[in-house]
Amino acid sequence: MFDPHLWRRQFPILERKVHGKPLVYLDNAATTQKPLAVLDAERYYFEHFNANIHRGVHALSQEASEAFEGAREKIRAFLGAAHVEEIIFTRGATEAINLVAQTWGRTHLEAGDEILISAMEHHANIVPWQMLCEATGARLKVIPMDERGVLLMDQADHLLTERTRLVGITLVSNALGTVNPVAEIIRKAHAVGARVLVDGAQAVAHVAVNVAALGCDFFVFSGHKLYGPTGIGVLYGKKDLLTAMPPYQGGGDMILQVTFEKTTYNQIPYKFEAGTPHISGAIGLGAAIDFVRSVGLENIAAHEDRLLQEATERAQRVKGLRIIGTAPGKASILSFVLEGIHPHDIGTILDNEGVAIRSGHHCAMPVMDFFSLPATARASFALYNTLEEVERLFQAIERVQKLFLS
Amino acid sequence: MSDLRDLYQEVIFDHNRHPRNFGPLPGANRHADGFNALCGDKLSLNLKVEDGIIREARFEGSGCAISTASASLMTEALKGRREAEVAELFEGFHRMVKGEPYTVEMGKLAVLAGVSEFPARVKCATLAWHTLNAALHQADQPVSTE
Repeated sequence: MFDPHLWRRQFPILERKVHGKPLVYLDNAATTQKPLAVLDAERYYFEHFNANIHRGVHALSQEASEAFEGAREKIRAFLGAAHVEEIIFTRGATEAINLVAQTWGRTHLEAGDEILISAMEHHANIVPWQMLCEATGARLKVIPMDERGVLLMDQADHLLTERTRLVGITLVSNALGTVNPVAEIIRKAHAVGARVLVDGAQAVAHVAVNVAALGCDFFVFSGHKLYGPTGIGVLYGKKDLLTAMPPYQGGGDMILQVTFEKTTYNQIPYKFEAGTPHISGAIGLGAAIDFVRSVGLENIAAHEDRLLQEATERAQRVKGLRIIGTAPGKASILSFVLEGIHPHDIGTILDNEGVAIRSGHHCAMPVMDFFSLPATARASFALYNTLEEVERLFQAIERVQKLFLS
Repeated sequence: MSDLRDLYQEVIFDHNRHPRNFGPLPGANRHADGFNALCGDKLSLNLKVEDGIIREARFEGSGCAISTASASLMTEALKGRREAEVAELFEGFHRMVKGEPYTVEMGKLAVLAGVSEFPARVKCATLAWHTLNAALHQADQPVSTE
């Protein structure tokens, strides 16, 4: 039996108090807290073998290189990628998407081509494609959704044409919690010759992913939403695609030979990793993946489902509360609004009760526009949250209504 | 621990539920839009200024209780004031909500002093004032609190 109380001990921050009350951290969709295993791994690197990687002949550099490349291998196994060189380290999901847009995108798109995204993308999977459209004359199309937050797949069928070069789709919506049918989208996109980038930023901590089985061309995620450090993320790309892509940034590590006349680029993945990378971050992310695997993603998902189910049932009993995003099979996110109370006020009052949630547009302004809302309040769950914390959340919501509506 | 009642005073609830000077202003000769990127609050401010005196001030938009109440209280405070006084009043208000010493007489605006205990909400309280600043200086771009 999965017991979140046991795992909570691995997260020192969960012991702290906020405004005199025990912290209830429900902003996991923004970033997760870090377990001791991750904190220790980073510290161990700095204390024992801090060095620059790949070129040093001394012991520290070799140990650092091994740990860094070891993390890459852990990520490969975690994603089910066929080859370790298909794993590129980036600063996060956002940089990974920009990398694809600026390298693959600029060499494969021209005026009249189309990029297809969905109505529930966050800004990181909208703006890089808009910039690419501006540079190439391509057009951005959007798969609409219904009022539950479910993509209208029959419309996707019409929007996918021989003009579609790329589909950018989030696996899990950060604002709504919807889990999208990416396998179906990938199949249909490939049928018209389009490539598919799956944004896994919100998914990897909740949903098991196998990129080889999915068949996606690109997959991106950020370490910090997977119990890992900030500033480190991953781009997975199919080997043949990455090999044919031009480099992203120029600098050290991404070259084989440099003269003032000509530079020969390094092989993948190094071609895309100019400069000294976030070594400690990569090592920390490797430790985070080990941690998540030791807990078991299926255990995590089942536990979070129980929390979400309980929270949803409680929410349905609160007068004036409207849940935003009611797709079946949601992952770990409860977005809501309270009648007559702005989400920002909800956030402040909940914080005063020690309950940390998100209030705002969740970097998904088009989603807010769709629901004609300026913002929502969002509670998002992680493996260390408990049913008692769900109770605390709703006691605090009661306090909000008492204060505002009395 | 900051007391929520310092922030959410009755006067603020009252102005949130029944904002004063809310709606369009025909014949306005000063206008600006304000936007708080943090929470998505939008505010549209219209003024009628004659002979350097603010005769009318009205606002529209949607926002949290703090930004709505602040806009409502601001429009009340502006009527009859000389344009030249506004900069000083804004400066005083800004200092008050940031918890810094100020010398300007705040009148009813003083109910917003509790905002200083909630740094994340200072931008909510100042959105209307930034928008006012833009309206008086006839800025073309919507102002942002960022």
